[in-house]
Amino acid sequence: MNRFLRSITTATALCLLTLNGQVQAAEVKAAVAANFTAAAKEITTEFERQSGHSVSLSFASTGKLYTQIVNGAPFDIFLSADSSRPQLLVEKGDAVPDSLFTYAVGQLVLWSADPALIDSEGRALKEKKLERLAIANPKTAPYGAAAIEALEALGVWSDYESTTVRGDSIAQTYQMAYTGAVPAALVARAQIALDSSGSSWLIPAELYSPIRQQAVLLAKGADNEAAKALIAYLKSDQARTIIERYGYGLE
Amino acid sequence: MTEAILLTLKLAGLTTLILLLVGTPLAWWLARNRTWWKEIINALVALPLVLPPTVLGFYLLLVMSPQSALGGFLKQTFGITLPFTFEGLVVGSVIYSLPFVVQPIRNAFEAIGSAPMEVAATLRASPLDRFLTVALPLARPGFLSGAVLGFAHTVGEFGVVLMIGGNLPGETKVLSIAIYDHVESLEWSQAHILSGGMLAGSFLLIFAMMLIEKRWGRLHR
Repeated sequence: MNRFLRSITTATALCLLTLNGQVQAAEVKAAVAANFTAAAKEITTEFERQSGHSVSLSFASTGKLYTQIVNGAPFDIFLSADSSRPQLLVEKGDAVPDSLFTYAVGQLVLWSADPALIDSEGRALKEKKLERLAIANPKTAPYGAAAIEALEALGVWSDYESTTVRGDSIAQTYQMAYTGAVPAALVARAQIALDSSGSSWLIPAELYSPIRQQAVLLAKGADNEAAKALIAYLKSDQARTIIERYGYGLE
Repeated sequence: MTEAILLTLKLAGLTTLILLLVGTPLAWWLARNRTWWKEIINALVALPLVLPPTVLGFYLLLVMSPQSALGGFLKQTFGITLPFTFEGLVVGSVIYSLPFVVQPIRNAFEAIGSAPMEVAATLRASPLDRFLTVALPLARPGFLSGAVLGFAHTVGEFGVVLMIGGNLPGETKVLSIAIYDHVESLEWSQAHILSGGMLAGSFLLIFAMMLIEKRWGRLHR
């Protein structure tokens, strides 16, 4: 029993020591739209190495993160997949107005795990040959809203509407096609940028309104040095190179 | 909104029905059999009680996908794809709610003991006859709680549906997903209507079950 108590005391002391260590380094809590997951991880790893700050990333669809922020979630910065929700946060006083900027311009792509399904013209989609299609939930994910816009512009939405499954975020949407559960999905180009498996068709940009992904410093992080530094780093050439490599456009 | 409610009732009703059909023989076997490996089956049946729904959802997704052996076989031979369809949800719900139906029925069968069955046997009742006219009526309270719990648990299912459902209106968009969707889109008035309805409905269901159990208890005494 005595030894048991002693080991508990040691463990508690160790926990307190590590906690103490974390408090001293500035920490940023970032809410990141799911499509930017891979790029954000790479950027923050680089940022942490150079600045010594630490970053904790939370990924979900833009709409979900927005709801969480409005309801008091402790995030310092928000990397949205659209421009309207950051703007709404500024109007509500939940974000710092002059911090708003476009960090990436998203592109929509039709992707299938089957290497032979999608050709360079996207015929399978236009000729309604896809049994099922996955898009992100248009209510909460800007890529889902863009997907419906593009399908409407192609004149095939009415054919696909009843067989289109909706992913909880663009990440789940990709997963649905990745597992082969759904033959093809409309996802963010960034999700497949570093992966040459399967087949894809880049949806022509004129078929949907531009996905201007904006970042904003939130009111909770207004005085957080690390948060400000991360926003500044996102504008650096180094970060922009990474963002471009993931298939995003820049403004 | 009514679409989601009707779909949920359809899913829960169908799941409960299948579970009663599959669960009764299983519960009977678990209550009566004496083999050593019975406890392994018992543990497997109870597994969904402790497993995170995400674990179940993940493996269901892998197993049901047309690229897996089973999913591919179903698609090739019957033309059925399970993920993101209503049929897939039924399969998932049956597994997810299995212990909630099997365990109360099993307990009820065990509570009967062997005496009534042996008495029936001395009166020349065949095994099937004994099961249908002695065991089933005596285990009635177990069937009631099994059915109610299985139904309610399926209505309340969320994690599994989120992973294998695909939020397809009229096919896989059940109540819990509809509520989640409304909350995440800040449509709180709709979320209130559905959530309030669920709260009242669940209470009434449990309350009614308790009243019936009480009445049956009095009848037996």
